[in-house]
Amino acid sequence: MSTLHETQLANQKTELGFWLYLMTDLMLFASLFAAFMVLRVGTNGGSSGVDIFNPQYALLETFVLLASSLSCGIALISARFGKLKPAVIYLVITMLLGASFLFLEIREFALLVLEGNSAASSAFLSAFFTLVATHGLHILIGLVWAGALLYSITKKGLQPRVLHKFGLFALFWHFLDIVWIFIFSVVYLIGGLS
Amino acid sequence: MNHTSYRAAVKQYIIGAVLASILTLLAYFFVTQRITSSVTLLSALVLVLAVIQLTVQITYFLHFGADKKPRWRSYSLLFTTLMIVVVVVGSIWIMRNLNYRMNMSPDSMNMYMIDQNKKGF
Amino acid sequence: MELFANLLGRMSLEYFPKEPATIGAAIGMPLAVFGVVGLLTYFKKWRWLWDNYLTSLDAKKIGVMYIAVGLIMLIRGLADTLMLRLQTAVAVGDQAGPFSTDTFQQVFTAHGTIMIFFVAMGLMFGLINVALPLMLGTRDVAFPLLNSISFWLFAAGMILINFSLIYGGFSNGGWLGYPPLTELQYNPGPGVDYWIWSLQIAGVGSLLSGINFFVTIIKNRAPGMTFMKMPIFAWSVLVTTVLIMLAFPILTATLAMLSLDRTLGMHFFTSLAGGNPMMYINLIWAWGHPEVYILVLPAFGIFSEIVATFSRKALFGYKSMVIALCAIMVLSFIVWQHHFFTMGAGANVNAFFGIMTMIIAIPTGVKIFNWLFTMYRGKILFASPMWWFMTFVVTFTLGGVTGVLMAVPAIDYQVHNTLFLVAHFHNVIIGGVVFGYLAGVAYWFPKMFGFTLIERLGKLSAALWQLGFILAFMPLYALGLMGAVRRLDHYTDPAWTPFFIVSGIGVVIICGGVFVLVLQIALSIWKRKSLKAGGDPWNGRTLEWSVPSPAPSYNFAVIPHVSERDEWWHRKQHKLAHAIDHYQDIMLPKNSSIGLIIGGLAGIAGFGIIWHIWWLSAIAVVAIISTVIIRSNVEETEFTITAAELKNAEAKL
Repeated sequence: MSTLHETQLANQKTELGFWLYLMTDLMLFASLFAAFMVLRVGTNGGSSGVDIFNPQYALLETFVLLASSLSCGIALISARFGKLKPAVIYLVITMLLGASFLFLEIREFALLVLEGNSAASSAFLSAFFTLVATHGLHILIGLVWAGALLYSITKKGLQPRVLHKFGLFALFWHFLDIVWIFIFSVVYLIGGLS
Repeated sequence: MNHTSYRAAVKQYIIGAVLASILTLLAYFFVTQRITSSVTLLSALVLVLAVIQLTVQITYFLHFGADKKPRWRSYSLLFTTLMIVVVVVGSIWIMRNLNYRMNMSPDSMNMYMIDQNKKGF
Repeated sequence: MELFANLLGRMSLEYFPKEPATIGAAIGMPLAVFGVVGLLTYFKKWRWLWDNYLTSLDAKKIGVMYIAVGLIMLIRGLADTLMLRLQTAVAVGDQAGPFSTDTFQQVFTAHGTIMIFFVAMGLMFGLINVALPLMLGTRDVAFPLLNSISFWLFAAGMILINFSLIYGGFSNGGWLGYPPLTELQYNPGPGVDYWIWSLQIAGVGSLLSGINFFVTIIKNRAPGMTFMKMPIFAWSVLVTTVLIMLAFPILTATLAMLSLDRTLGMHFFTSLAGGNPMMYINLIWAWGHPEVYILVLPAFGIFSEIVATFSRKALFGYKSMVIALCAIMVLSFIVWQHHFFTMGAGANVNAFFGIMTMIIAIPTGVKIFNWLFTMYRGKILFASPMWWFMTFVVTFTLGGVTGVLMAVPAIDYQVHNTLFLVAHFHNVIIGGVVFGYLAGVAYWFPKMFGFTLIERLGKLSAALWQLGFILAFMPLYALGLMGAVRRLDHYTDPAWTPFFIVSGIGVVIICGGVFVLVLQIALSIWKRKSLKAGGDPWNGRTLEWSVPSPAPSYNFAVIPHVSERDEWWHRKQHKLAHAIDHYQDIMLPKNSSIGLIIGGLAGIAGFGIIWHIWWLSAIAVVAIISTVIIRSNVEETEFTITAAELKNAEAKL
């Protein structure tokens, strides 16, 4: 088995590697943001941001996600301090809040599609749906990851390996909340201005 | 691992969440109450608030990590942000320029070219 | 029956190739593959291949696989070139060429796509894998499993795009697939989708490699090797990985948006419904420009090592080389608009990007001068790698100069999308990238396999490439200035035909150069006993030459402690003894088929999306996620080489 030093070094590498991956993900979102900013004028005579964006609804989504980010942080700290039960409880809360966020988002999309505003209607809507849904897809993958993590914790306890992965998950989850700040600000708030 | 206690660590997160909430609410109210009629100014304010919240979340939510030196996280984040600004602002600049020049009616194009001619282009 | 038809998406008999050229390729390629499979079976080498290469997590083995794919794809891409030049030499005035317009478009698309994504990227990642860990004094890259996954994603992309020749047809949209031609309205068939997904899959592999090599350089260096003491090749790779990490996500996003347009009927880049095709061009070049620097910077790094080694002198101006690399890293992100000066932006935009483009030539110029100053007063040995350098320095500089010419927007309006442009980028890509990576293969081949390549054939290959290049592309500069537009399968002016014929002859000579290269490799393998090389056949300067050839799986029995730049040269000069007093247990990664599995599943997922077989893609994606989760729960991923075993192995070497 590896020495403690070797494990620490390996963990540092994974942390750096994962952080860099998050940077590349930021660039991906940036490209989608750029597309949204440029294509939002292409409404094809149909709905524009003012017509379809509901700031209150978006605010609700924002707080749900922010709350999940907070519970994720508390779960991580609990895990690092060896408190198994709070770690599990707060991780489950994170997952429930994340799932609620997704539910709210899917509901918003469904309503839009039902009233005739689908992604295939105009460039603006294509850009909107794609940017927000890409974020949603990341949340979904995060939920799957959290599930796998939950399984690991309940089965193996708070081993160093598990803690390390928990840290990476928390990074991912916080990062997604940070991206959402910009989606909320740029798409829903600024994009909803006439 | 920092030598902060459990309670202190959780407190950091709660402070961060509260600050983030305040910044979110501020941006929300600025827009829904339309505190200024200028769209540009409003957009700039919202963006500034977003960037501040970004810093808040990075400080309180993300800097609770292990490896503080050397500062690869900060360098890479800074450089990535710089490149994001270049690509996004650059794209918007280029495309707005293109759209403006390419989407005119023939008469407008005529006037535009005469005008550019006068400027020496 | 209806359900069965739906299960196969939009597959149908109409998508088999219909023209002689495409039918030939569709038959020839599988034949070649079956031939290889047959040989492997006959010589009972499957186990060996599986254990030693396919499931190996050793960067050196993965590197060899990348290089093999790259070289095979080079031959494939040159076949395309022969067809293109044959067509343009013949099709003038009333005379029709041997290929239909549709075939011609597929051929130049295939040519560009394969050369950039599978030859250049393949050779690049291959050489980095082979040389970088050894140069850094470490055992492997930071994430060996990820390395394998990257390779298999690359291979999956390569297989997918070549499969389009057999069934579906190649894209006809050029190597960058501009809309609206590549949108559903004008291109409803699967060709463009093959192109999109093959690049998406390979692109993810590249991105992961970028992260992998960056962390390797930051975290895996031998103790004592500070940044300013590491080989300049490592610096060039470091800068390249930054470019990869920041640029490839743009490609991923843009290809995804095009794919959404095509699969879900969205309107990012369509001509109607508010879409903006120009935005695609903007985004794709925001990736595309860093991409060409990604291709060329490691080649520069290789030449830095080669010039220093064969001039028996330390690289001149190491520090300025580093600064130049960092300058290029930043500048390469603010020049991209020069690829579409004529798309309609105003003078301000064009001027800004034009000036930035001219500025980026400066650090490159610094590098050229540094190489020349390194040679000055050196004791130069003109081994084959140096022959490649000589061809590079002349060819690339010329190409760079024509680039600066086109950086002036007003001039670019004259030559944009003419054969002048085609000549320019081939000038820098062949001069810089191809010559650089062929030099790298010649240089590091002994380290990979334990015997050198036959020198005379290597020099002949370089000479043929140089001569062939001049004949193939100088006429194109002239043609471009005379007004010849690119990508046309037929020209009207018979006065141009001699130029095309000369160019065709040049291509044939280049093919001769590649033929000699293949001959060189084959003959060298045959005569390998008489070409046996020790650890240091070139009297090298850097740490890879301090281990035997081929390098043992663990690279270094004991990780060296580094005190100088060009550490190996320093040790030789000061006759520092290789006193290895005590060995310790080493842990190396076990073989793993995860990379193969993920690559295969990714290919299947892509295939499903292309043909609208949604259930297939869904299953494949779920399988990939499951594989990742299952693997993450595996604890025992390494095996130990005990100190005693190590001592025995070292004694045998």
